[in-house]
Amino acid sequence: MTDLLALDDVNVYYGPFHALRGNTLTVGEGEIVSLLGGNASGKSTTMKTILGLIKVKSGTVHFAGEDVTHASTRHRVKAGIASVPEARRVFPQMTVDENLMAGAYTRSDRAGIAEDLERMRDRFPRLAERRRQEAGTLSGGEQQMLAFARALMSRPKLICMDEPTMGLAPKLVDQVLDEIVRINKELGVAVLFVEQQAELALSIASRGYVLATGEIVLKGTSNELLHNPQIQEAYLGKATQA
Amino acid sequence: MLNTLIDGLLRGNVYALGAVGISLVFGVMNVVNFAQFSFFGLGAMLAWFFVAQEGLPFWLALPLVLVICGALGLVINISVVRPLAKFLPLAAMLSTYAVSQILDNVSQISFGAQFRVFPQVLPTSNFHIGNMRFGTSDVVMLSITAVVMVVMSLFLKYGKIGKAIRATAQDQEAALQMGIPVGLVQHVSFVIASSLGGLAGVFIALYIGVANPTSGLDIGLTAFVAATLGGLGSLVGGVIGGFVLGILEAFGIYFFGDTSREIIVFVILIVVLIVRPGGLMGKVPLISTEPLTGTFLGKGRPLRMPRWVWPAAFVVGGVVIPLVASDYVLTTGTQVLIYAIIAAGFTVTAGQSGVLALGQAGPIAIGAYTSALVTMNLHFSFWAALPVAGLSAAIIASVLASPIWGVKGHYISIATLGLGVAIVAIIQLLEPQGIYNIPVPQWFGTVLSTPIAYYLIDFGVLVITLLVMWRIRRSHLGRVISAVGSDEVAALASGVRGRNYKALAFAISAFFAGVGGSLLAHQYTYIDPTMFTMLMSLLVVTIVIMGGVSLPYGAVVGSIILIGAMELLRFTPELRIIAYGLVLILVVRFRPGGILVRNS
Repeated sequence: MTDLLALDDVNVYYGPFHALRGNTLTVGEGEIVSLLGGNASGKSTTMKTILGLIKVKSGTVHFAGEDVTHASTRHRVKAGIASVPEARRVFPQMTVDENLMAGAYTRSDRAGIAEDLERMRDRFPRLAERRRQEAGTLSGGEQQMLAFARALMSRPKLICMDEPTMGLAPKLVDQVLDEIVRINKELGVAVLFVEQQAELALSIASRGYVLATGEIVLKGTSNELLHNPQIQEAYLGKATQA
Repeated sequence: MLNTLIDGLLRGNVYALGAVGISLVFGVMNVVNFAQFSFFGLGAMLAWFFVAQEGLPFWLALPLVLVICGALGLVINISVVRPLAKFLPLAAMLSTYAVSQILDNVSQISFGAQFRVFPQVLPTSNFHIGNMRFGTSDVVMLSITAVVMVVMSLFLKYGKIGKAIRATAQDQEAALQMGIPVGLVQHVSFVIASSLGGLAGVFIALYIGVANPTSGLDIGLTAFVAATLGGLGSLVGGVIGGFVLGILEAFGIYFFGDTSREIIVFVILIVVLIVRPGGLMGKVPLISTEPLTGTFLGKGRPLRMPRWVWPAAFVVGGVVIPLVASDYVLTTGTQVLIYAIIAAGFTVTAGQSGVLALGQAGPIAIGAYTSALVTMNLHFSFWAALPVAGLSAAIIASVLASPIWGVKGHYISIATLGLGVAIVAIIQLLEPQGIYNIPVPQWFGTVLSTPIAYYLIDFGVLVITLLVMWRIRRSHLGRVISAVGSDEVAALASGVRGRNYKALAFAISAFFAGVGGSLLAHQYTYIDPTMFTMLMSLLVVTIVIMGGVSLPYGAVVGSIILIGAMELLRFTPELRIIAYGLVLILVVRFRPGGILVRNS
């Protein structure tokens, strides 16, 4: 599998604070990868770095064979990186349709955009019903679907999702994870997502990375990670046997 | 009556255009743009220049003015506002104030400071319907505004950039993540806002018939109030706020006379903010995004001062300067010291409680008038009048400010700004003439009216002020006020009622403002309401920001730089304010936490 996204030895600082410490990470084409870690471990920073919202001090970011280390967010979105921001962040006073169009901002092929808009309405019937409703009036689950659809409107190769299940009821969490798998399988879009609940994350991801204080401390296939005693202790609540 | 309504509509027209510009920029940049004020004056002067001087037809002059203002707006945004807005909305706001000072003065130098008669390009009273009189000029102005508003709303609703502007205003971070070029969106918004400001300026010239470079400030303030009334960031709100204010103002003047104008405007502002803290159309601002309150807190550390600095500063300021300095230097020194007293007292409000009050001229004026009146009418000595002035400033300002402490975010600053202007307007109503022959200080029969005597009195008061401020900061009370300033919600969760402590901090600051006002009154021996302008309020704010907003001794440094160094430029009065603006921009650019605060 070729690497779609590759971070190589990336260092990021917030002022004097070393937020990412020489991290190397890859996402293959059509792969689902999960990013695990506790609070302030650097998960969101990694996401922002990939999207070009934060400057890297050293190291490189490659996407689809191109060096995008210093590229603008706009350029990266055009190249095929889409984002489902933390806490969804739909535009609350814009309609559902306007939100979807915002996702297609970097595109200029009118026919293709109209086609994709139709597709999103087929894919998410709830959004079709509420196309003229302001996004702020949608329920949490609906907003999450809108955030997915909005990301897909840029025809991405990779979607970065920052805690897509945050603040959702357990039943909706399953729906969201199912949707991630469906997007991945049907559209072949690679997904890199941050998730607090390791077991859930690893149930749909093929691989995972574990961050702690800005450093990748563990990586491996989902199976390996699920059976790793450190992971079990830290995330899965199973006490290690003495 | 109907004529008053038309008058109100025409005023509202101008305010609405200005308010939409202010709201637009606020929406996409989260910056209160004082530079917008200057475009009113600039638009009027440019129109005068093209029409009256160059003899261009009005229809050619109008688009020219819009293009020039738009281009100037772009330059301002690229060079000053955007680089600062990225990391500090408050610094950006102050820099827009500096820019507006520079623009006004460049305009004064280019076009002259006098009022210019604007030629009557269109008939102004050729229609008579019943008792109503109006002209083509009025119809044209209102129609242009209507067209502009319709085009704007279509652009925002359907245009690609228009939609991007709305998306950016609602969630800048998310907009960035969608690949929306937020920088471009901000530039476009700034250009539109500046052009609208220029258009409003042309309308002012058409409506009043005279143009002046500084006519922008008054109208700008009102447009700003209109934007706040509507809800900062809401364009519909800006239009509604503009017309509501224009009509209420016209009727207010009709019933109460022109001197009540400012009082009416700011009473409306304060009432609306209390009833609807987010403005008529806006939402209550989120507590997490309060860029005007506490932006400077926690940023950077104060430079560590070696211990010898304090006695050294005391000896230099209290002994060396009085011994060697000329009368001229000492007179400048008294100004520096008085502003240092006012600003040092202000640090507890701006720095510790996190309320960037923009109306300190109000309590300064109360102090000055109280002191003048009690010494002249009740024959108090200066020494007794001084604390009485402070107390009355603290009490009156606190009573007047008491309704505003529940207001949040930018709005509390705007409310205090309104308060300052309203206090001075009330004084103007009560004592329009000014007061002459205010007695000078005496000490057991010796008249203390020499520069050195004034200097030493002010120096003594400053030392006491700094000791009091130092003591307050170290006290339990001071720590509680700081807690409220750094995180009001957390403080509330610990059982601290934030608004009470904000009010108390404001009262302490008002006390020292009143003391400063008293010192000013007895040294000038003459006061009138025009001395206590918004510029004075903003000067106090810039002094504390210059020195480090929560450092009382920083206020001394800020005062030395802004009052003292600016005095050096007195030989060239026009360039003086431009230099002042540039200094301010440079400081906020490179030391956003203040000169004595190291960047974090």
